[in-house]
Amino acid sequence: MIRTHTRWVSWLFICLICLCKVPVYAQTADVQTVQPSNENDAALYSLAAKLPSAKLNQMESLVTEISQVPHPKTREILSLVLNGDLYYIKSNRLLVAAIKVGKEYELTDVLHDSELASVKKSKIRKVSTNNRLRGLIRSAIAVLDLNSPNKDVRLQAVKQLLDNPSTMGLDAITLRLDKEEDPEVSELMNVVLSLNQLKTGEHQAKLVAVSDLESSLQPEVRNTMVNILRELPQSQRNAQEAELAAALNEVIKNIDAKRSRYGFIENVFFGLSLGSVLLLAAIGLAITFGVMGVINMAHGEMIMLGAYTTYVIQITFPSLIEYSLLMAIPAAFLVSGFVGVLIERGVIRFLKGRPLETLLATFGVSLILQQLVRTVFSPLNRQVQAPEWMTGSWVINPVFSLTYNRLYIIIFSLVVFFTLMLILKKSSLGLHVRAVSQNRDMARALSIKSDWVDAATFGLGSGIAGVAGVVLSQLTNVGPNLGQAYIIDSFLVVVFGGVGNLWGTLVAAMSLGTINKFLEPITGSVLANIIVLVGLVLFIQKRPKGLFPQKGRSAD
Amino acid sequence: MKFKKIALASTIIVSTFCSQIVLAADTIKVGVLHSLSGTMAISETTLKDTVLMMIEEQNKAGGILGKKLEAVVVDPASNWPLFAEKTRELLAQEKVDVIFGCWTSVSRKSVLPVIEELNGLLFYPVQYEGEESSKNVFYTGAAPNQQAIPAVDYLMNDIGATRWVLAGTDYVYPRTTNKILKEYLNAKGVKDEDILINYTPFGHSDWQGIVSEIKKFGSTGKKTAVVSTINGDANIPFYKELGNQGISAEDIPVVAFSVGEEELSGFDAAPLVGHLAAWNYFQSVESDENDEFIEGWQRYIGDDERVTNDPMEATYIGFKMWAKAVEKAGTTDVDEVEQAMIGIAVPNLTGSIAVMNANHHLSKPVLIGEIQEDGQFEVVWETPDTVIGDAWSDFLPSSKNLMSDWTAPLRCGNFDVTTGKCSG
Repeated sequence: MIRTHTRWVSWLFICLICLCKVPVYAQTADVQTVQPSNENDAALYSLAAKLPSAKLNQMESLVTEISQVPHPKTREILSLVLNGDLYYIKSNRLLVAAIKVGKEYELTDVLHDSELASVKKSKIRKVSTNNRLRGLIRSAIAVLDLNSPNKDVRLQAVKQLLDNPSTMGLDAITLRLDKEEDPEVSELMNVVLSLNQLKTGEHQAKLVAVSDLESSLQPEVRNTMVNILRELPQSQRNAQEAELAAALNEVIKNIDAKRSRYGFIENVFFGLSLGSVLLLAAIGLAITFGVMGVINMAHGEMIMLGAYTTYVIQITFPSLIEYSLLMAIPAAFLVSGFVGVLIERGVIRFLKGRPLETLLATFGVSLILQQLVRTVFSPLNRQVQAPEWMTGSWVINPVFSLTYNRLYIIIFSLVVFFTLMLILKKSSLGLHVRAVSQNRDMARALSIKSDWVDAATFGLGSGIAGVAGVVLSQLTNVGPNLGQAYIIDSFLVVVFGGVGNLWGTLVAAMSLGTINKFLEPITGSVLANIIVLVGLVLFIQKRPKGLFPQKGRSAD
Repeated sequence: MKFKKIALASTIIVSTFCSQIVLAADTIKVGVLHSLSGTMAISETTLKDTVLMMIEEQNKAGGILGKKLEAVVVDPASNWPLFAEKTRELLAQEKVDVIFGCWTSVSRKSVLPVIEELNGLLFYPVQYEGEESSKNVFYTGAAPNQQAIPAVDYLMNDIGATRWVLAGTDYVYPRTTNKILKEYLNAKGVKDEDILINYTPFGHSDWQGIVSEIKKFGSTGKKTAVVSTINGDANIPFYKELGNQGISAEDIPVVAFSVGEEELSGFDAAPLVGHLAAWNYFQSVESDENDEFIEGWQRYIGDDERVTNDPMEATYIGFKMWAKAVEKAGTTDVDEVEQAMIGIAVPNLTGSIAVMNANHHLSKPVLIGEIQEDGQFEVVWETPDTVIGDAWSDFLPSSKNLMSDWTAPLRCGNFDVTTGKCSG
């Protein structure tokens, strides 16, 4: 009896909604042809039918209404709107989920789960959203997601509700807290509830909340505390207010100390990461310029070729984006190395001992290579995708996280460095390279083919520049000018570190990176660059051979 | 033998000379001054093609005043002093009747003295920092009050931003725009501690420190927005870093003045979805003129994926206006066309009418668009009416008393209303 009663009420409600929106209802009549099986179906269908014609300012209330209908499709529809995948067919206003396949869109009828024929973009239109709406939907979905079986989804949901508190979210969290088994999620839930206590609770509750929140680094916690402190009367506080203020001050001080500690570590990380990029770019040059003494202005273009190799690999194997970088590393080494050998055999060996001519000739080569990629690939930048594992960040705590791409690049650059070190110190090629660079005539007298060694060394240096290109394709634009941006930095690092000393290159790259990143927040990046450059010039004046000059006979 | 050679050479010279005279009598010469090589080639080549397409269409429709149009294309190669030389070449040697060209402000500044000395006519189609009005230049791109100020209004009123990051590349356009914006924000009651200004070099690629600073600046509980005048290439790593550090458009929206369809076409736009751009035109705007323009452009260029953008629309409007003004004046004489231009109205591509004002700036609508996954923009906000371009910003102390009016009797681009003096 009661059931039929509620059914009547909800039908009445639906009719009311329909009456208000008669024109909309008339247009969408064909959506409504399927008889609703129960009242939630009907409510959801009638609300969803309004989506196509809703203006952005009407969307907010519409989305809120939809989110309150308990229906399995509610979340699906909301997340489709959120991701911008919800469309409607222009001719009959049917709501569809559209996925772009080739030049056409594959459609699925959202409300009835039936597949429809693919259509062109002009036949369908997106249900519009904007940032404010997306935030609203995210909060609405978060309330629904609190009961998700997946721990990460729940955690994300609580985070969303922490940043955008609402009474609905608070109620949902209070309900859920007892059932929550995961310690991380329930801890965060407690933070949300304590924060609410701190804002709205009695005096004692506030004090408890402050001590509960002591160890939380969530920015929301500090903000709320600072705001509450600011709202307290500044003078003539009563005992309760004074007590609260003292507690708050203490906690804020602790939080600030922790934050600045993490800020420092973060800066070191940024510095090392910039340093590792410099190291990668410079290390090939450390061999060709440092060990062989060839001023190679086309070094930047070797980097560029490596980046383009990554691009070619990605378009050749579009289904293997996740592995594309791993495939590109050897490929780029071979491509750049091969071009390097060609340059050595074709140009540089004829100019031995004439640094000025070498400089000009290799500069010419660099222009030729740039124009070559302009002609082959167009002057526009190419799009190199980042594999999934290179995106996002490793969140250690709310104020400290490390981006994965930078983390991998630091590790990778060190691996490259030590591999190179190993090759030079332990392999027979390395022995020959060092022999030729120290005393060419003596090496030749000992039956070392110095020509062959020159070509191999130059190829090795260029190949490593190519590997650097693979890494840089993840950080910056892949275009014809990529190399030019790094050639100056590379020379700086090598000269600063001491020509011919690989360890010097490592130390120089890392220290330049760190100095730059510590200066940047104080002086801004433009001035930081200038200061570093001026500092370097002064340093070279004082110590012309760099940080770690070559000693002994090979120094001359 | 020698005599033969000389005779041959002189015939060639004479015949080319004659044919040029014949041509000059029959055609109207249109100079195209866009870089086709160097760093700016990426952006400017598109505008060269746009002008050529417009000329082709105009010729198909019978030209202007019964004469065919003839394009004279030169390449200033992204080299600012070369812009001035090429302008001189166009005006003194080629005797062109009008020039469409320039992109960067510094190239326009380099052209300015030459075009004023030789009394030429330049249509400048890119958004710029304002603070200029020349008798010989028509500015069909946006002035700051047609792009930056409405964007800030949108962020303030619709997004509710109260804390501001003004991030830009270190050169004249961002510096002037940010100066205007800071004055504007201060006038709206935003305190200095809620404004963070940051400049980076051209082509900056290591954004981690700056993005982390923005993140910290934005984590104080107040809604924070970034107004970006970051130029060109540097945008892509900037947005990538935002994505990697987990800053979404809902947390801290970025509104950009230099990111358009063309910049996004070579890039996976997924990490940018929801960030904003302010322009006077988006390719996604639905209007008959726009559909026709896009179709014509894609046919002309032979690529049905090719995008259109705001400076192209500005070129389109400038060209249509010039053609109409020449018809109205009945001559291509610079002084007469200049006077005829003022008040000329042509439909723009977004469904309203663009009017050339007495200060040589346009009336245009301002649109705010959100970046979509396919690299297109969806309009989320627009001004109810068109906005009149303001040559001299009202928010800078140095220029708030200045105005520009090229109609009689004032005929001045830099008139101080308090002292009543005209300084050029």
